[in-house]
Amino acid sequence: MQSIDMITQSAEETEKIAEKLAEYLSHGDVLTLEGDLGAGKTTFTKGLARGLGITRNVNSPTFTIVKEYKGRLPLYHMDVYRLELSGEDIGFDEYFYGEGVSVVEWAKFIEDYLPDERLEIVISHMEGDRRKLEFNAYGEHFKKILVAMND
Amino acid sequence: MKRDTIILGIETSCDETAAAIVKNGREILSNVVASQVESHKRFGGVVPEIASRHHVEQMTIVIEEAIKQAKVAWEDIDAIAVTEGPGLVGALLVGVSAAKALAFAKRKPLIGVHHIAGHIYANRFEQEFAFPLLALIVSGGHTELILMRDHGQFELIGETLDDAAGEAYDKVARMLGLPYPGGPEIDRLAKEGEETIDFPRAWLGEDSYDFSFSGLKSAVINKIHNAKQRGETLKKEDVAASFQASVVEVLTTKTFRAAKAFNVKQVIVAGGVAANQGLRNHMKKVFAQADIPILIPPLSLCTDNAAMIAAAGTIAFEQEKRSDLDLNANPSLELV
Repeated sequence: MQSIDMITQSAEETEKIAEKLAEYLSHGDVLTLEGDLGAGKTTFTKGLARGLGITRNVNSPTFTIVKEYKGRLPLYHMDVYRLELSGEDIGFDEYFYGEGVSVVEWAKFIEDYLPDERLEIVISHMEGDRRKLEFNAYGEHFKKILVAMND
Repeated sequence: MKRDTIILGIETSCDETAAAIVKNGREILSNVVASQVESHKRFGGVVPEIASRHHVEQMTIVIEEAIKQAKVAWEDIDAIAVTEGPGLVGALLVGVSAAKALAFAKRKPLIGVHHIAGHIYANRFEQEFAFPLLALIVSGGHTELILMRDHGQFELIGETLDDAAGEAYDKVARMLGLPYPGGPEIDRLAKEGEETIDFPRAWLGEDSYDFSFSGLKSAVINKIHNAKQRGETLKKEDVAASFQASVVEVLTTKTFRAAKAFNVKQVIVAGGVAANQGLRNHMKKVFAQADIPILIPPLSLCTDNAAMIAAAGTIAFEQEKRSDLDLNANPSLELV
């Protein structure tokens, strides 16, 4: 299974799916997160954090580009929007091949640093609070996760 | 007689390269800031790589200037305090490396300081603290309510669940096509406009001291977007005034409620957004009515500077807190 789509009816449901996904993740996993302003990228990341056993509140990483949280696995939450012009390496290897799970917003700006194996998640607005979640797996590891999640 | 404590402070967490010398935690002997705002203006925001390069170029010059202006000798300096986080990792590293090198070469104690502790301690130049004390921290990266029962002790009472207040200002400013930095521009326009649009206030439940600005940001964007589609023109001044009214009301109301609940003796407003005139005026008015003393630092101490880092470092020095020479920049350092 390479791709699955899911429709959620509310922010709570989006958060639950992310929480469930977290159960299958292991260290060194990289997730990219795309979606318009207000699509629910932060909501998704909050759910993921909860699934990783993180109790601290997850908020915007925009200002510092990366925020780290301690849980069952550490979570590295990044917004690399401001690296668009420089493509600067802020030490991505330490995150992507490190002890935790990385979630990257605006990943297209650091394409060169992304590992080949990763899970791409695209969140799009539908009418009202409904959202479409699109999961695209790159590599065997994430294909297996999608199969497991679909069960 | 106890001799004076002289601390060298260094700050490079974002886009200001700063060094300062502070006496006894309350007297500024020098406060040098090399701002990079002009360099980032054309990009509409801070570009991390450019910030780091500027810090490298400016760091030693700024430190030398701070020592020169303060008219102190290295023998007089008791310790070196430096911002270890939070902030941009490449930017923080410049200050941390400089501080470590100097601490090693000059055999001075090294003290890592939390950036927000610095913003709080900027107020001690104005007035001595009285505990319990409540601090509202509002900046581009932070929106937090912190309770202090004593020096160097911080309790998180509430924080933003999504975007920081300053971040919402930046994003709304960008939507309105205003130049960077957007916060002061919105503040200026808000004075000329009227609150004609009823933007939402995120209260998050009666007992909550948490904040949320993501919904407000979306509401502003939708409003601008819808007006454009219908071919209507919104007065930028009115959008700014209505947006600012929502932010100011929520910040003030929650801070006021927390001040009452924890029976505090003093309220502090700190961080870059504390420079916002709308917020300053409303805060002062509300707290004056309730007879709760409120401290808001002068504009020059609201934005990032190293005097505040030296001030917070002085308390840590007196409490015998020291950092090792393996101190590292920590972009997501927690205060509590």
